[in-house]
Amino acid sequence: MTTMVSADTLDISFPEVDYLALAPLLIVFGAACVGILLEAFLPRTRRYSAQLVLSVVGLVAALVTIVMNVGEDRPAFAMSDGSRVDAIVIDGPGLFLMGAIVAMGVIAVLLIAERRVSAGGAFVAHAAVAADSKADAAQARHPGATEVFPLTMFAIGGMMLFCVAGDLLTMFIALEAFSLPLYLLCGLARRRRLLSQEAAMKYFLLGAFASAFFIYGVALLYGYAGSVQLVDINAAIAASGNSQVLLLSGLAMLAVGLLFKAAAVPFHVWTPDVYTGAPTPVTALMAACTKVAAIGGLLRVFNVAFGNSGNPGGPSLAWDWRPILIAIAIATMVIGAILAVTQTDIKRLLAYSSIANAGYLLVGVIALGQALGATLFYLVAYGFTVLAAFAVVTLVRDSQGEATHLSRWAGLAKRSPRFAVIFTLLMLAFAGIPLTSGFAAKFAVFSSALEAGQTSLVIVGVLSSVILAFPYLKVVVLLWLSQPVEDAPAVSMPGFMTGTAVTVGVVFTVLLGLAPQVLLNIVDGAGQFLAK
Amino acid sequence: MDTVFAPATGALSWMWLLIALPLAGATVLLLLGRRADRWGHLLGTATVGAAFVLGLVFFLQLSGLPDDARSATLDLFTFVESGSLNISAGLLFDPLSAVFVLLITGVGFLIHVYAIGYMSHDEGRRRFFAFFNLFVAAMLLLVLGDNYVMMFVGWEGVGVASYLLISFWFNRPSAATAGKKAFLANRVGDAGFLIAIFLMFASFGSTDFQTVFNGTAANNLASGTVLAIGLFLLLGACGKSGQFPLQTWLPDAMEGPTPVSALIHAATMVTAGVYLIARSHPIFSANETAQLVVVSIGALTLLIGCVIGCAKDDIKRVLAYSTVSQIGYMFLAVGLGGAAYALGIIHLLAHGFFKAGLFLGAGSVMHGMNDQVDIRRFGGLWKYMKSTWFTFLLGYLAIIGLPPLSGFFTKDPIILAAFNREGWQGWVFGGAALLGAGLTAFYMTRLFILTFHGPKRWTDDIEHPHESPAIMTIPLWILAVGSVAAGGLMSTSVVNWLTPVFGHTEHHEEKMSHWTATGLTMALVVLGVVIAFLLFRRGTALAEQPARTHIVRAARQNLYADRFNELVLELPGRLLTRALVWVDNRGVDGVVNGLAAAVGGGSARLRRSQTGFVRSYALSILSGAVVVVAALLVVTFG
Repeated sequence: MTTMVSADTLDISFPEVDYLALAPLLIVFGAACVGILLEAFLPRTRRYSAQLVLSVVGLVAALVTIVMNVGEDRPAFAMSDGSRVDAIVIDGPGLFLMGAIVAMGVIAVLLIAERRVSAGGAFVAHAAVAADSKADAAQARHPGATEVFPLTMFAIGGMMLFCVAGDLLTMFIALEAFSLPLYLLCGLARRRRLLSQEAAMKYFLLGAFASAFFIYGVALLYGYAGSVQLVDINAAIAASGNSQVLLLSGLAMLAVGLLFKAAAVPFHVWTPDVYTGAPTPVTALMAACTKVAAIGGLLRVFNVAFGNSGNPGGPSLAWDWRPILIAIAIATMVIGAILAVTQTDIKRLLAYSSIANAGYLLVGVIALGQALGATLFYLVAYGFTVLAAFAVVTLVRDSQGEATHLSRWAGLAKRSPRFAVIFTLLMLAFAGIPLTSGFAAKFAVFSSALEAGQTSLVIVGVLSSVILAFPYLKVVVLLWLSQPVEDAPAVSMPGFMTGTAVTVGVVFTVLLGLAPQVLLNIVDGAGQFLAK
Repeated sequence: MDTVFAPATGALSWMWLLIALPLAGATVLLLLGRRADRWGHLLGTATVGAAFVLGLVFFLQLSGLPDDARSATLDLFTFVESGSLNISAGLLFDPLSAVFVLLITGVGFLIHVYAIGYMSHDEGRRRFFAFFNLFVAAMLLLVLGDNYVMMFVGWEGVGVASYLLISFWFNRPSAATAGKKAFLANRVGDAGFLIAIFLMFASFGSTDFQTVFNGTAANNLASGTVLAIGLFLLLGACGKSGQFPLQTWLPDAMEGPTPVSALIHAATMVTAGVYLIARSHPIFSANETAQLVVVSIGALTLLIGCVIGCAKDDIKRVLAYSTVSQIGYMFLAVGLGGAAYALGIIHLLAHGFFKAGLFLGAGSVMHGMNDQVDIRRFGGLWKYMKSTWFTFLLGYLAIIGLPPLSGFFTKDPIILAAFNREGWQGWVFGGAALLGAGLTAFYMTRLFILTFHGPKRWTDDIEHPHESPAIMTIPLWILAVGSVAAGGLMSTSVVNWLTPVFGHTEHHEEKMSHWTATGLTMALVVLGVVIAFLLFRRGTALAEQPARTHIVRAARQNLYADRFNELVLELPGRLLTRALVWVDNRGVDGVVNGLAAAVGGGSARLRRSQTGFVRSYALSILSGAVVVVAALLVVTFG
């Protein structure tokens, strides 16, 4: 702050900006900003449709520009003197991750926008009104707040940025940019507000805690490498004789921050409470898109900075961090699966399933470049299935709102066979039964991890997925073979938007199971992270 | 001689239509459901009629080709492609398939027409015709496939159709049980067929006829392998054709509607085993032991069929055992090899005509007699159903081999060929075949006289037995003409026609002259007829007669074949199942349940760590972070 810089030594050169590369991010963040302006200037009754159109159009436009970027790997900024500015790196995997987030984001926005299934939608009109107060009862009939749209767009934009950030500071900003809107969104549930607010509070506190670890790790790594750019850190590891303590502590802290978002054990503790408390459309957004962003960030950091993809044959740090990450992956897969066994609430069950799936994805991260394509495939396969699953959860309702306790789901197949068939298909996909996307994804990740020599991880992975199959099948058995409870919840007819979400999820689940090769070719074509 | 098949040209490249037509019929009838009830039977009959016309066209085109190029193959698509396993869905139309196509579609068409009348009062008539079409399609695939896998697909297809049709009246427990029995017995045979296919693939790397036959002819295989392939094929053939030791399902299969018995369990499907062995003649010709086994099974089965046939009182069961016995003759012939392959096939064709006629005649009798099947309750029917009586008479004379009806031209040469086998075997097999001819004459005469002649022994509810409608009697007449003429017409022409398939065979020195054999056979046949006539011309007692001799007791019990199956196959199977269930309950389930309980317990305990307090969550994250940092440092510096 107090450093005086004399005018003649200050040489500010602006980088050349590749606007096409930035276009997806600019569009999404731009749409979010316009959305906030809409909130300010449009009358209340017109906001909903305007926001919905704006969000969907923005996301679709972003998807188009992502496709336009395919083929040329480059940083978005270039200095005229040739020195590198890696704040944002557009490369194959990055584009794929952004594309996946945007595509799933469209579905999540549709779920968030749904107002037919329950009057007014899943969100409360005025979140600041104390829950269960007289004023709260009065606002029960008001339609939900439309601020959720710009919040969602900010979150999606942040996640996209997180996947293409080439330096740790940009990454941190992206992390905060998608975390803060999510904290808010978690607390906006129309029903069970206290639970929802508690979830938001927990998520915020623990998220802040994890962010502190992240930024502390960044500081240590800067101390070690003298730069926050991932490629520079990698070069420093290859060349430098600096203190390994700085490097390893920094790496560990950074990993903690990232693993928290990915919901890996023991940094998973927030997941069940937040997934349960948050409005279900937001849970769907977190389970699908945030998972992509968190794993995408992990993939980039470990591949570019701490792997040796930049200098093949050179010394690699992988020997140092792999055992720790392996232990975490094993703990995540096993504990996630075991805890899922005794869950009695469908959202909590899916939360633990999401934890175990983070473990399977970590297997792909640990296998580094060889499993990159398979990991990307897994993210898409899991994401669409989980979106459809949460979309179905929003449909099972009784007078109290969503009936998420599993005892209420008993025998639902008798009254709603179509719903039961769909949910059974999704459960089978989660369990990894062949001809579903779940099988293709697990097979791809495990087989490429085997090729990378991670045999023990694969064995644990397969065993844990056996355990995990039990709770899924338990739900199937409950749906089809149990007697319905007396005041069984009804399965609402989905409106257009939820219907689309379910349909898209189911279609992807089946198609990726029947013809996985199409997407496998795309992820193989995405190549590796730009590391030089 | 290398087997080479020529690719299909001209009209023959449309031969897939043969299978597609009845298959389309079955699909339409099954998918449209009740909407097709009113016209479904007509469509079902039309598709088979059209297939017959097509078959005739293809037959004429084939006969226009030169002798050495008289075959046509057609590759439809790749059926299986996996590693080195490459199986194409290909068809082969050669003289052997041609005669089968004509038999299946020709006799099949007549029986379809008959069934329009026979099933007219049945609610499930559309379903019946759908299954019937399905059967014809599968049977045509069986005889048209150009490799063993395609043949197996057809083989299983006819098995399914047969199962569906035997259990057609599925609300009758006996029909459902009979269906199951047929299915299980066939599974045993099918497993044998499958193993033979696996062996072929292991030995030749392929299952198409051309490769397998040329590979066998090249004589590179250990004779044990050829024997094994032959015997497993034979097991398959025995299952489908109701030969010893798998013959017990065929008589029970008569629980199905009578047209089913006529088409599937007399004329066509049960002869699939004969087709399989005839088609695989290069394999059987290459190994004498395999041939000997085929001959022995044929001879044994033909006697078993005759003996049990003498002891049965159910008109359809007598005919069923007669089928078992006649197929025994065919097995005997194709087992003898050489020139006798063609004899087996012409007996098969002739049998297709007269046995179909006999079954349809039996159906006509039942139709007029309130579905009565007990021959002790018939008698004197010739006056009431003249058409049925006369056509049945022709079929009866044909099966006992009276000259100049068809059985004479096809059965006698088989008996002669059996006698002319070298050494003692000739006397054994020839003797068995001769004895069988006499017994056949006896039980068929008994059946005929008790049904149509002698005093009336009807149950009280029948006042006027009536002749069946024309739609049922016209097929009877056509089949009767076939029973009379087919043998004489076919005995030389079809043998010549089949020469490209089985090759020329030089004549051996003959042990017994043609005339001696015919004379002996005729003598025994006449003896059988006379004895039966004397015993049964005055009818028979209505009650079950006490069995005085062991042979009668045994014959009434189907020669204890069912008891044998129960003791030797079912009992050990049941004991094994019980033992496995015990192991599963106590051992496997114990381990599984124990593991599940352990996981569940662990889960419940771990759940308690999820307290809901942010402070303990934060502690968890902090300790995790400390462990990660510490571990990283320890791994590196420790």
